[in-house]
Amino acid sequence: MTTPLLQIEGVTKAYPGVIANNNVSLTIGRGEVHALLGENGAGKSTLVKMLFGLVTPDAGQMVLDDAPYTPASPEAAREAGVGMVFQHFSLFDALDVAENVALGMSDPPPRRDLAQRIREVSEDYGLPLDPAQIVGDLSAGERQRVEIVRCLLGKPRLLIMDEPTSVLTPQEVDLLFDTLRTLRGEGTSILYISHKLEEIRALCDHATILRHGEVVGQCVPAEESAGRLAELMVGRRLDPPTRPRSAPGAVALEIRDLSLPPPHAFGTALRQVSFSVTSGEVVGIGGVAGNGQDELLSALSGERLSAPGTVTLDGTDLSRKGPEPRRLAGLLAAPEERLGHAAAPDMSLSENTIVSAAGRQGLARRGLIDWGAAKDFAEGIIARFDVRTPGPGTTARALSGGNLQKYVIGREILQDPRVLVVNQPTWGVDAAAAATIRQALLDLAAKGAAVIVISQDLDELMEVSDRFAALTEGRLSPFRPTEGLTVSEIGLMLGGAHDMEAAHAH
Amino acid sequence: MDLSAISPELMVASLMVASTPLLLAALGELVVEKAGVLNLGVEGMMITGAICGFAIAVESGSPVLGFGAAALGGAALSMVFGALVLGLLSNQVATGLALTLFGLGLSSLVGQSYVGIKPPSTPRLDLGPLSDLPFFGRAFFSHDWMVYASLALTVAVWWVLNRTRTGLTLRAIGENHDAAHALGLKVLGYRLAAIAFGGAMAGLGGAYLSLVRVPQWTEGMTAGAGWIALAIVVFASWRAGRILIGAYLFGGLTVLQLNLQAAGVALPVEYLSMSPYLVTILVLVVMSRRKGRSTAAPASLGKPFHAQA
Amino acid sequence: MIALEKRAQPSRVWAWATPLLAVILTLVAGGLMFAVLGKDPVAALRTIFYDPLFDAQFASYSRPQLLVKAAPLILIATGLALGFRAGIWNIGAEGQYIIGALCGAGAGLALYPSDSPLIFPMMVLAGALGGWLWAMIPAILKTRFHTNEILVSLLLVYVAENLLASMAVGTLRNPDGGGFPGSRNLSQWPAAANPELIPGTGAHWGVVAAIIAVIFAYILLQKHLLGFHIRLAGQSPRAARFAGVVPERLVIFCLGLSGALAGLAGIFEATGPAGQISIDFNVGYGFTAIIVAFLGRLHPIGIVLAGLLMALTYIGGELASFMLGIPIAAIQAFQGMLLFFLLAVDVLTNYRIRLGRREVRA
Repeated sequence: MTTPLLQIEGVTKAYPGVIANNNVSLTIGRGEVHALLGENGAGKSTLVKMLFGLVTPDAGQMVLDDAPYTPASPEAAREAGVGMVFQHFSLFDALDVAENVALGMSDPPPRRDLAQRIREVSEDYGLPLDPAQIVGDLSAGERQRVEIVRCLLGKPRLLIMDEPTSVLTPQEVDLLFDTLRTLRGEGTSILYISHKLEEIRALCDHATILRHGEVVGQCVPAEESAGRLAELMVGRRLDPPTRPRSAPGAVALEIRDLSLPPPHAFGTALRQVSFSVTSGEVVGIGGVAGNGQDELLSALSGERLSAPGTVTLDGTDLSRKGPEPRRLAGLLAAPEERLGHAAAPDMSLSENTIVSAAGRQGLARRGLIDWGAAKDFAEGIIARFDVRTPGPGTTARALSGGNLQKYVIGREILQDPRVLVVNQPTWGVDAAAAATIRQALLDLAAKGAAVIVISQDLDELMEVSDRFAALTEGRLSPFRPTEGLTVSEIGLMLGGAHDMEAAHAH
Repeated sequence: MDLSAISPELMVASLMVASTPLLLAALGELVVEKAGVLNLGVEGMMITGAICGFAIAVESGSPVLGFGAAALGGAALSMVFGALVLGLLSNQVATGLALTLFGLGLSSLVGQSYVGIKPPSTPRLDLGPLSDLPFFGRAFFSHDWMVYASLALTVAVWWVLNRTRTGLTLRAIGENHDAAHALGLKVLGYRLAAIAFGGAMAGLGGAYLSLVRVPQWTEGMTAGAGWIALAIVVFASWRAGRILIGAYLFGGLTVLQLNLQAAGVALPVEYLSMSPYLVTILVLVVMSRRKGRSTAAPASLGKPFHAQA
Repeated sequence: MIALEKRAQPSRVWAWATPLLAVILTLVAGGLMFAVLGKDPVAALRTIFYDPLFDAQFASYSRPQLLVKAAPLILIATGLALGFRAGIWNIGAEGQYIIGALCGAGAGLALYPSDSPLIFPMMVLAGALGGWLWAMIPAILKTRFHTNEILVSLLLVYVAENLLASMAVGTLRNPDGGGFPGSRNLSQWPAAANPELIPGTGAHWGVVAAIIAVIFAYILLQKHLLGFHIRLAGQSPRAARFAGVVPERLVIFCLGLSGALAGLAGIFEATGPAGQISIDFNVGYGFTAIIVAFLGRLHPIGIVLAGLLMALTYIGGELASFMLGIPIAAIQAFQGMLLFFLLAVDVLTNYRIRLGRREVRA
């Protein structure tokens, strides 16, 4: 091997109040899969944005192929041979695959040639795609293929992948890794960003570990244990949550034949979802994003009403009741989107208690709000869940992701729910906050509440739940006990064998 | 009542004239909304165009210069809107309303000395033998050049939006400005250009009212045409071809209503005058009932864009 | 390089300072406009903003006019502001104002020349009902068919204006008026009149209604769950649904309330200052109230101040037109400018403006 493909030396980038990258250096060789490992907020995204020309570094230099590399725009980055697959897809739902691909190219060929080339590339790399399909109709895995194909058409020397597996089923992950290994074999370098340790150990040649914006370690991941990598990443040992067992109680929540049409053009329909949860139990519902998780939460929280008899709490039919009566009855929920759904970004933490606790906590009597009580309740959440904030007068959007998530989950837990439904409780949250939240959910169940955890993070579900089911295209598989469930079994539940065949047949 | 006084060929001819200002303004707003920006100031830009065009045409004696000035005036006013919503992230609804209120005031201020004057007439485009055809000659081929320009612009807008890289980029920005930014597309640049185009088109539409359709200057002469243009964009489900249909439908309605007034239909004038607005509402209701992907507004429409560094 | 940087917290200082800054900028730009028109800018601004209140010759007439003109603006703007906060855009208040006046006057005139003391209260109720009903059209179309309320409410203004024209020359025309358009004079019919309650102040029943509306709106927004839900729905519609807000009910409430308040303003005007239903008794309060609502930062107290200021521009504008020959249209442009400047400087409340390179802070 000659000189490395990319050298980053002493790169620093600061935002007001935070240094996102401090003196970061790393080297990526030709045909190497290099992992960039770090927690949420460790500075991975900033580094990647600098590589892709979206952000300019304050200091330091980058060298690509022995030439100084200072991309002023994504276009310049693409021309220099750097392609990127985004974590939050940079796709346009209403446009078709070919149009989406064309938008990511500096100089796209005419439409007919482009469609032909998309088909060629997608066949060469095992990424089946139809150029004429509307992107909004595609599954998460297919959407990622569009992004990858878009990059590959630019014949990149360096491919950046930001958390590519978070939206994939285990089988899809295997397919993706095959593609990436093919690329590596052709000499393409890959910068692979993730916080999933096992994947990195399976795929990557080298790893750079970031913490608080600084490089804290370089290693060959296959030679390190996952535990050691985790310790480098988080900076300390985290104890797995403890789960005090309790005897299964009576059925708390019963869902029977719950079906709902999709809420909007690109939404998912719920199809005959049935399950029940008992007191003291945590059930996990896994699945790749966009398979009906949001829709299921809305149907349970009361934001959308369903047919009579479909949602029953302790024998009382709540199907036709909105969120407030359901809360009063004891069915509480915490949605996935912290800002804008669980909390209003521009309102203070005190004000945000009123969103879900006005009735159940008696913060409003005969319509008149008791702002003093709201402030007390907010202070209670802050204290109990160790929310780092100047005080209850702070606006929600001023909090970091982890702190706000602790706040919104805490707001529901402290209301002493009979049943609590949470959707992606630790998505985009740092490891310490995630551990706090998981422990709080287990403690809640230990006190006799029923807890439903909807999550994409299978490790999380294995850790906290007693029973597991998969939500796929709005259908819920039967529940199975978590203990003894293997990854491949989960994969089959998630994908459904027939769905994988369908994906290949495209 | 004498309905036989209504001549079909004259009605078609005046339909085309009545529809042209709506068509121009709606085409402009279509491009703006396709880029994801909602500019409710169409009425204000139209009336500004109407007085700018009128004043310059009177002063210079040239309708062509008048139309040019109208386009510039409308675009200039739209740039105030652009600077506010794109640069200073102000609320698009409120800023659009401000544009309309300001445009109405400004135009009547500028127009003080132009009340009661006749503008130079806009010449008919000589289409040779076509104009001599029976019926069709008078109905379709005896108009001023602006009528044909507006039709050509419809085709041009359709072509650019659906067949060019520029149009694809514009649509992408209107769908998802964050993704567009991540791909390195110039969100603000495209939006500013779209807003300027929308302003120029609204200006042209206004000038067509004051220079050809009426033709004179009166305060508040657009009388809601800008708002109807906005409704036409909804009616057209954000498609250029249907903008033409919508504009001609509403133009036809106005002409029919005026013809019925002239023919002395036994309905009070006021009720006939309000009919275009009522029909617009009715059409809006019908269109908004139909939900589907092909009739959906651009997904980023009206949302502010602030590039997160 | 100039960059906008979002504040973690909206600035309280700027929330109060931006309307003032906007007024100052508008005065400067307005002065320039008057200079371009060939008028002495200082004299023009003095005539508009100082003389109506303090000039010995004009103040006695102008001062009471302040409340007369501010009351409908405040009444309408208070209702609009509630809707704007919830993201519900009623911009057809002018139409609701007209229909309110028509319904109120019609209800009263049907009983002419009764001298029952119930006539006026009944007319006020009919006025509110008329405005409410007119606003229910966009409200119901929005909740049932998702029709855009901005366009519908605005288009209905033109319909209302045509109805007004028809009524003024037809159904409601004064039978003893010698064929002239316009209704009987309501302010000279004691049972229907809305007189000046305290001589020399200009305060009529509309002023009382405006004060009540402001207090009601203040309590609603600050203390009541419904007011909280209104703010929540405007800021985060999904969070509002999560809180249990039914968006349709909010649309009905906000449009209905603002329509009723606009209708009230209409009937108070027709029975008081305007005195009759005439083809042009409306002078655009429904549109100016939009500016008042924003200038008052959608806050009831702010709206009172903004309403008084805007009333002053009306009175001062008339005076300037009379004394200096400044066209009334200039005042309209002036008001539009004020809204522009307000929207422009509003960015300071939520964003910090940075010049040059960003500072590095640990």
